[in-house]
Order: sequence, then C-alpha cells, then structure tokens
Amino acid sequence: MATEHSKSAARFMIAPSVLLLMAWMVIPLGMTLWFSFQRYNLLMPGMETFAGWDNYYYFLTDPAFTAALFNTLFLVVGVLVITVVGGVLLALLLDQDFWGQGVVRILTIAPFFVMPTVSALVWKNMFMNPVNGLFAHLFKALGLQPFDFLSQAPLMSIIVIVSWAWLPFATLILLTAMQSLDSEQIEAAEMDGAGYLSRFFYIVVPHLSRAATVVILIETIFLLSVFAEILVTTNGGPGYASTNLTYLIYAQSLLQYDVGMGAAGGVVAIILANIVAFFLMRMIGKNLDA
Amino acid sequence: MKSMTRALLGATAVAALATAASAETLTIATVNNGDMIRMQGLTEDFTAQHPDIELEWVTLEENVLRQRVTTDIATKGGQYDVMTIGTYEAPIWAAQGWLVPLEDMGEDYDVDDILPAIRSGLTHDGKLYAAPFYAESSMVMYRTDLMEKAGLEMPDAPTWDFIKEAAAAMTDKEGEVYGICLRGKAGWGENMAFLTAMSNSYGARWFDEEWNPQFDGEAWKATLTDYLDLMNNYGPPGASGNGFNENLSLFQTGKCGMWIDATVAASFVTNPNDSQVADNVGFALAPDNGLGKRGNWLWAWNLAIPAGTEKADAAKEFVAWATSKHYTELVAAKDGWANVPPGTRQSLYETPEYIEVPFAMMTLQSINSADPTNPTVDPVPYTGVQFVAIPEFQGLGTAVGQQFSAALAGQMSAEDALAAAQSLTEREMKKAGYIK
Amino acid sequence: MARKTTATRKAGVTALAWIIALVIFFPILWTVLTSFKTEAVAIADPPVWFNFDWTLENYATVQERSNYARHFMNSVIISLGSTLLGLLIAVPAAWAMAFVPGKRTKDVLMWMLSTKMMPAVGVLIPIYLLFRNLGLLDTRSGLVVVLMLMNLPIIIWMLYTYFKEIPGEILEAARMDGANLRNEIIYVLTPMAVPGIASTLLLNVILAWNEAFWTLNLTAAKAAPLTAFIASYSSPEGLFYAKLSAASTMAIAPIMILGWFSQKQLVRGLTFGAVK
Repeated sequence: MATEHSKSAARFMIAPSVLLLMAWMVIPLGMTLWFSFQRYNLLMPGMETFAGWDNYYYFLTDPAFTAALFNTLFLVVGVLVITVVGGVLLALLLDQDFWGQGVVRILTIAPFFVMPTVSALVWKNMFMNPVNGLFAHLFKALGLQPFDFLSQAPLMSIIVIVSWAWLPFATLILLTAMQSLDSEQIEAAEMDGAGYLSRFFYIVVPHLSRAATVVILIETIFLLSVFAEILVTTNGGPGYASTNLTYLIYAQSLLQYDVGMGAAGGVVAIILANIVAFFLMRMIGKNLDA
Repeated sequence: MKSMTRALLGATAVAALATAASAETLTIATVNNGDMIRMQGLTEDFTAQHPDIELEWVTLEENVLRQRVTTDIATKGGQYDVMTIGTYEAPIWAAQGWLVPLEDMGEDYDVDDILPAIRSGLTHDGKLYAAPFYAESSMVMYRTDLMEKAGLEMPDAPTWDFIKEAAAAMTDKEGEVYGICLRGKAGWGENMAFLTAMSNSYGARWFDEEWNPQFDGEAWKATLTDYLDLMNNYGPPGASGNGFNENLSLFQTGKCGMWIDATVAASFVTNPNDSQVADNVGFALAPDNGLGKRGNWLWAWNLAIPAGTEKADAAKEFVAWATSKHYTELVAAKDGWANVPPGTRQSLYETPEYIEVPFAMMTLQSINSADPTNPTVDPVPYTGVQFVAIPEFQGLGTAVGQQFSAALAGQMSAEDALAAAQSLTEREMKKAGYIK
Repeated sequence: MARKTTATRKAGVTALAWIIALVIFFPILWTVLTSFKTEAVAIADPPVWFNFDWTLENYATVQERSNYARHFMNSVIISLGSTLLGLLIAVPAAWAMAFVPGKRTKDVLMWMLSTKMMPAVGVLIPIYLLFRNLGLLDTRSGLVVVLMLMNLPIIIWMLYTYFKEIPGEILEAARMDGANLRNEIIYVLTPMAVPGIASTLLLNVILAWNEAFWTLNLTAAKAAPLTAFIASYSSPEGLFYAKLSAASTMAIAPIMILGWFSQKQLVRGLTFGAVK
C-alpha cells in the first residue's frame, strides 16, 4: 500500500523526531567525548589541557568501577526478577473474581505514582531507620535486635525500594495481558485433565511472555539509571556497596567536579548501555514480531 | 478533549513567556539549617527597609546545595545572586575571582567585630569575600543526668581516654541509651569532618609537606581504631548512616549519652520545644590526647555574592542585613538569645544577656582554640582544620569517607580501610599532579 | 480467564488480595497518617495508628517555608507541557512508522529507545553549559524541552504500538473516498487513536512529574517544580518525620489523585502492544 508519495510523506513526518533525538544525542555526546579527553576540573578553570587517554585509564582502573559494574547488574536483574515474578503472581491473583476489585487495584498501583526521591526518603527514614523506623519497632516488639538495613544490606534494601515502585507497573501490564487470555483454551486444557500448574506453565506463561518482554525492556531503561534512590539512602556506600555506574559518574563529575573523568565515565556508560540495548533489542524485536 | 488540549497548550505558552522577572529580585541559595530557615521567616524586616527588593529563596539540603551552587558558579550560570557557602569554598572561589569582594558594607556594619579566626578564613588578598552568617566549632555535648548516674564528672577539657571510660559507663543498650553518638555517614563534610578533626588531636595529618598521603602512618591507625572501638561498643545501631541531623534527633530523643559535634547543635538540644532532654545537657571542649591539638573543627556558613550578578548592590544590602548586629537583635527579640546565630561577632560575646546562655562561652572557647592555618601537630602544606583547602578535597574526602564508613559498617577492617584510603589518595594526588 | 467460583473461594481470594494490596499501599498510608501527627508521636514506639490528636500543624509549617503553589504550578506546566509538545512531534512520526513501515522502521524505533539509556549525570555539565548559553537555566521552557526529549522515545513507541493495531483497511477505504493525508489523520485516525493518545499522555505526565534529576539541576527558584520542593526537606534538623511526611504527601498527592481517576485510561495504554 506504500506508494512513493506516502513514503516521502512518511519520511517527512518522522524527520522531526529523528532530528530532535539525533541532536539530543549528538550534541551532548560530542561535548562529552571532547571533555573526556581533557584535563578539566570545574574548580580550576583555565587549566584545561589535552589529557589523552588519562581520564579513561583512571576511570577504568578505579576500584569503584568494577564494584559499580556488578552493582548495576545486580540492581537491574534483582528488580527485574522481583517485579516480573511478583507481577505475574499478583496478576494471577487480581485476575480472580473477588470483592472490591476496583479499590484493590487502586491501592496496588499507587506506588507507581510516588516520586523516587519521596519513596527513598520515606523508606529510609520511616521504615528502615534502625532506631526510629517502623521495622526497628517491629523487630523490638518481636524481641529481636533491630536490623540496620541500609548499612548491612544496602544494595538489597535499594532493590526492595525500587521494586516497590516498579511492581505495580509490571502487574498492570501483565494483568492486562492475562485478561486477554482466551478462557476457552484454559477450559479445554482443564477438560483434557491438565492440572493447575501445567495449565499455568503451558498456557499462561507463553501467553504472558510478550507482556513480560515489554516490562523488561521498559524497566531496564529506567533501572540502568537508578540514581535518586541511591543518593538519598546510602550515598553509594558504605564503601562502594551500593554504588552503581550512574552514581559513580555522579561522584566523579559532580562531587569531584572532575568534568574530564566524569565525561570519560559517561562515554563508558553509554557504550555499556548500548551493548545492553543491542541484546535487549534483539530479544524484544524477536518477541514483538512474533 | 480537543479544547482542553488547546487550553493547556495555551497555558503552557503563556506561562513560558511570563517567566521574565522584575529587575530587583534576589535569588538566594541557602542550606536547610535551622538558622537559615529562621532567617527566611524574618525577611519582612528586610523587605520593609528595602521595598524595591524582592527575595526568592532556594532552600536545599547541604550536599545538593553545594553541588548546585558550585556547578552554577564554575560555569558562570548566573542563577543566584546570593549564595550560602562554607569556609572551604570561600578562599578557593575568591582566588578564582568568582566572588564580589564585600567592601562598603555600610557604616554600622563594623567588619572589625567579626571574630579573627573566622574572618581570616574568608579573606583573600586582604579583602573579605564572604560574610559569616554563623560559625561553629565542635564540642562534647553530654547528658548531665546520665553522667551523674554513671558516677562520673565531665571535666571542661576531657581527654579521649575519659570519653572512652564515660561512654562505657553510660551505655545501656537494653534501655536504648548509647554512650556515644558520632558521625558515620560518608562525606567530606560528614564523617570526615569529625575524623579529620579527631585525627589532628592524635597527631595525624592528611599529607606531609611534600603532599604525600599519610594514611599508612601509626597516628591514623590509632585514630580509626579508637573511633571504631568507641562506635562498635557504645554507639547506636546504623551509625554508618548517621550524619549531623540523624545524630541530632538521636540526642534529642534521649538515645545518646555523649555527642561530639557542631557547637550550633547546642541551641537545638537545649530547646525544650524540640528536645526531650533539654534540661540535662552539659558541654565540654572537644577531647585531646595531650599532644597540643584538640579534636575540634572550625566552620562557618557564609553569604557570598557571585561575580557577574547584575544585582550586586541589592545583594550586598541583603548580605549586610543578614550578617549584621541588627539581625542578631532581631532574632533575640523574637526567639530569645539562645537562638541567635552564634560564633561570628565579638560583640555578641560581650552582650550580658548572651553570656548567660549556657553554651555561649564554651562555643567561643572552642572556636578560638581552632587554628586553620596551623591545624596539626606536624607541619602540613595546607590550611583548614577538618578539611584540606584544595579543590580536589571534596571528592577525595568523600571517597576516603566511604572507606571509613564501610569500616564502621563492618564491611572491612580498619587496616583495609586505611590501605584503601592511602592508595586512592595517592592516585588522586598523582592524577592532579601534586606528586609525581 | 474469569470463571465461576464458589463463595468460599471468592472470600479467600478477597482476603488475600486485600492483604497484599494493603501491604503494598502501606508505606503511603503510613506517610499520610504521620503527616497529621506531632513530631513526638511520629516516632513513638509502639507506633500510634489512628488514636492521636490529628494536627494540621505540619502542613502549615511546610507551607510557611515553601511556596507550594508555585512549585505545584511549575510541576503541572512542565509535565503537561513536555508531554503535549512530545505528542505533537511524536504523533506524525508514530503514524508514519505504523502505516508506512520501511525496512529500517524497527531499527529507528530501537535506536530511539536506546537514546533513553544515556546516563543523564554524564552529560549534565555539557547540558548546563548549553542551557546557560541559550539563557534557558531556571526556565520552564528549558525544562519542557529537556523532559520532552527524555520521554519522546517512550511516547513514540507507545503510539506506534497503538497505531499498528488500527486496521489498515480503514485507511484504504478513506483513501478511496479521496481523503488526503491530512484528512486521513484528522478524521479517520485521530478518533480511533484517542484512547492510545490519552494513555500515552497520562503515563508521560507521570514520568515527567517524577523526574528528579534534570528538574533539580537546571532550576533555581522560578521554574523549580515539586522535586526541588522535596529536596529542601530531605535532611532537616532534629525531628522531622512528620514534616517530611507532610511535604511528601503534598508532593505526591496531585499525581496520585490524577492517576487514580484516570487509571482506566492509563491501563489501556500501558499494554505497549503486548496484548494481541
């Protein structure tokens, strides 16, 4: 149906978006690349000199870099596992017939609307604080020693906070997908004597895989750049225990004001993000075409 | 739907156009400390005197504030007309020519009244570049009732050994009373402010005269080991996340026996509105080890005017007002003498009503006993008591602070933390070209 | 897959669903409750649930300290403005991709999404310098543009998945009737796409509302939205749970209420073409 005319019209319509995003990517990226080869500390203007690969050398050999790489990975995978598995289970539950469906749905999606800064502040102070937090009160009531979440299990705590915010999102998409499942198919399987578990694994799971892919893609985009939650709760610590790549770059460029090194980190992160993107896109592309 | 969309688009356009502000609006960046927030509430006095000047406040948490104003001034962003900066930034920024010198502050400003220890840190080439709003040192705040119960008496100038003994005697973990609360949250202005000041009294230093890092020395090892012992045995849980504010609420709710921190905290812990222990607080100088230096720091929050603002005159009017004797009286009249911003002017410590305030003289003594130009037992190439006045220090201090915070959380030993601190400091100093 | 269920089963499911929902919602509920307590009650152990003297004092304190109305308006203008601007640019692009797909369409789409993976912190200084030179620092227009660019890929993708599900025959029919491209979009496509556009709008308003990096770093006083408002409460002195709760409630309430009222529309668009 695509004529030459409509093709050129289509190009014309796509052009603004492509050009804008191109500019949004190329201009900062170009500047970042340029800075990454400069010895440039914001606090010492006029001292910029060509630095060669120094910034990259120092960034990549920084002991925090490896830690940050693994933390980023754990954070993304951890949250994905919790939200997708939790989301499937929750969607299964909410798909049943029960009283108060509307209210329950409103309550479950609420965390998605909370700003990351606010949710981090609330969790850190009112729940995880080892002296005045609600968990500490609970532990004491049970006769246990309060557990200091943010210093004993900092990354895990952050995974919990972030998962809390993203679980509703995953649940909603999976629930919508589940509701489109053909109930006749299920009933047919039931008549063939398939048990609940096999029905779940052979019918529900394949049906949800598309929705799950979408959840994974969108969440990964946001999870790679988790920042506010870390800044507010642990400042990347103790040590490097909860420093992810984004936070590390922040520490370099905005705490040390070392623009050159921060830029080098930015370039490294962009390359890594694109590797992730490449695999993710192939996976998504395959799944969405099907 | 369509008409709503159009209305919204219109509103957006109008709002975007309407951002042009009138000429004499001062944008002031401040830290969200109690004294600064009080100032916001008192600005009517200023605007009554200067009806042509409007004030816009940007109040931010300390770390966010520092990052925002530094980015802005270094890129000449020009978003602020008055900035709240610390004693660390003032000399560095002044040397860069980023600040407007504060001359001609009006007849009754009396610049010579500013305490010399504070003023010298804010002066560059003989000119004042930032006006102190309040200044602080650090001291021991302790619970007199618990001290009595423990059968001890706090001397005016305690030693670290006494602090250890008292912390052990006051701790009652069942009753949620922890002998000592200290900063543990990583940051050059958080745990490193305390630890660097403490290390001074142990004879340690950041660098020798050739800028070689000294974390591999015995003095630092003794400092960190003692700090960890104190905190692990007698400190509150979660200490590695505690900064000034967290400790303040712990102390105010009666969970700390002793707290060594900023002198400004004295007015908060003795204020019965906020503090459950207001009647039972005593003060003492920061501890020492008999080496001639005490473990107290020196800090001031100051108002400065970025070079390049078009409203320098109006900004100066405001800075003069906020740091004047008149402002002190204004606060005294409204909230009482205990709440005036402390530590900046000699005349305040000559005011009879103020001397009555229980922590007044201890604050003055603490401030006067800190010497930023000669902070350590052994000679050093830098100035600054709890910081090193070089641009690299913010990042460095925070990175080292992370290691010490990890040690406090039990993730690594004191030796490993010191070794990591040593190697990362060496790296940074090499990168920055101080050492080859 | 809703099926006939027995009453006991239904009761069981109801109980379980409610318990889980309340657990998930609990942090928000607790924050709202705490905002009406005094500071001393806020940290009381054992915790006080409903039986306390409700006070509005915290809200008064917060209001006294910050100009909530202005932060709120800035948030509204920035999140709506950026989303509407984004839609304006994205609708034609998504339309073209969905109905005149080329060999490269999928690649272009994936490339667009990958721009979202660029870590914002890494490019703050370049963007800050750029904004300074263009005079966009602390302006709502500047933020509208940045947040629009941030969310544009998501907007295009959501719309694309929507448009793709509109049967091509309808357009063919319209074209037979002699409708040109413009009319085709306005009279045929738009009505069918309204649900998709509405949910895209909602989701992106939420994302823009909660964006806390650019909004905090590129503003000072005039254009600062609610994310900057909350930044001044993140670590105040002394006891602050109640005040923090009040400020938090004020920051999240508007968007949550919007979200609740429009959840049906939102949910329809959250499928990203994942449902066939």
